[in-house]
Amino acid sequence: MAGPQAHDKRPLSPHLQVWRWHVTMATSIFHRASGVALYLGAMVLTAWVVALASGPAAYTDFMSFLMNPLCLVILFGITAAACYHLANGIRHLAWDAGKGFDPKVSTATGWATIIAGAVGAVLVFALAFLA
Amino acid sequence: MNHSLRTPLSRARGLGSAKHGVGHFIQQRATAIFLAVLLPWFALSVLLGTDGSYDSVVGWLKHPLNAAGTALLVLTGLFHMRLGMQVVIEDYITGAVARTVSLLANTAIPAILAVIAILSVAKVFVGA
Repeated sequence: MAGPQAHDKRPLSPHLQVWRWHVTMATSIFHRASGVALYLGAMVLTAWVVALASGPAAYTDFMSFLMNPLCLVILFGITAAACYHLANGIRHLAWDAGKGFDPKVSTATGWATIIAGAVGAVLVFALAFLA
Repeated sequence: MNHSLRTPLSRARGLGSAKHGVGHFIQQRATAIFLAVLLPWFALSVLLGTDGSYDSVVGWLKHPLNAAGTALLVLTGLFHMRLGMQVVIEDYITGAVARTVSLLANTAIPAILAVIAILSVAKVFVGA
């Protein structure tokens, strides 16, 4: 729990204000940020099943509420966060198995997870709205 | 003979400096492996198996395997989410009161969401 660091004013690592951004650092920060964003995603998923359980009128209202532009932007963000967190989570599992630590490999897989997040979100929206 | 600074009792207990052993680490990875299967299955199954309308989604969720998979996704996902947010809170929130309140909320919120979501899935599944 809260230790002696509670009143320590020194900056916390990884010193965002002095470090040059590089892709392995960015993917680590995005992994946390996307995980936190998925807290909202879990709430939206729960709201969706509640709407479903509340009957056709409630479900239609909920779905039309989700279709307003602000909600769509947030939904796209949640979808991208889910795709990215999934891709980078698999990268983390490979690291846990001791594989992929080589700087060139981890930089390449880092870019791959960022692209997977963006492409995955576009594919999910294409399936949802075009198919 | 023993060149480690750790005492034999500490080594035998295997709980480390945080006194929680590796339970949190293992649970985070184990849930991650199941979620890597459950989440793509759920997304593709709903996207390809329904047209998004009330009738088609209810029909989808009335299938036992779909209801079970959705319930497993909700429970595994919320458990994984709680573990992850716990680490974020422990890293960034240093005040004793704020940290305790945040950790309690981080237990309560996934639990509340889990109960609500499971009851909702069950209601659709039994067709009430």
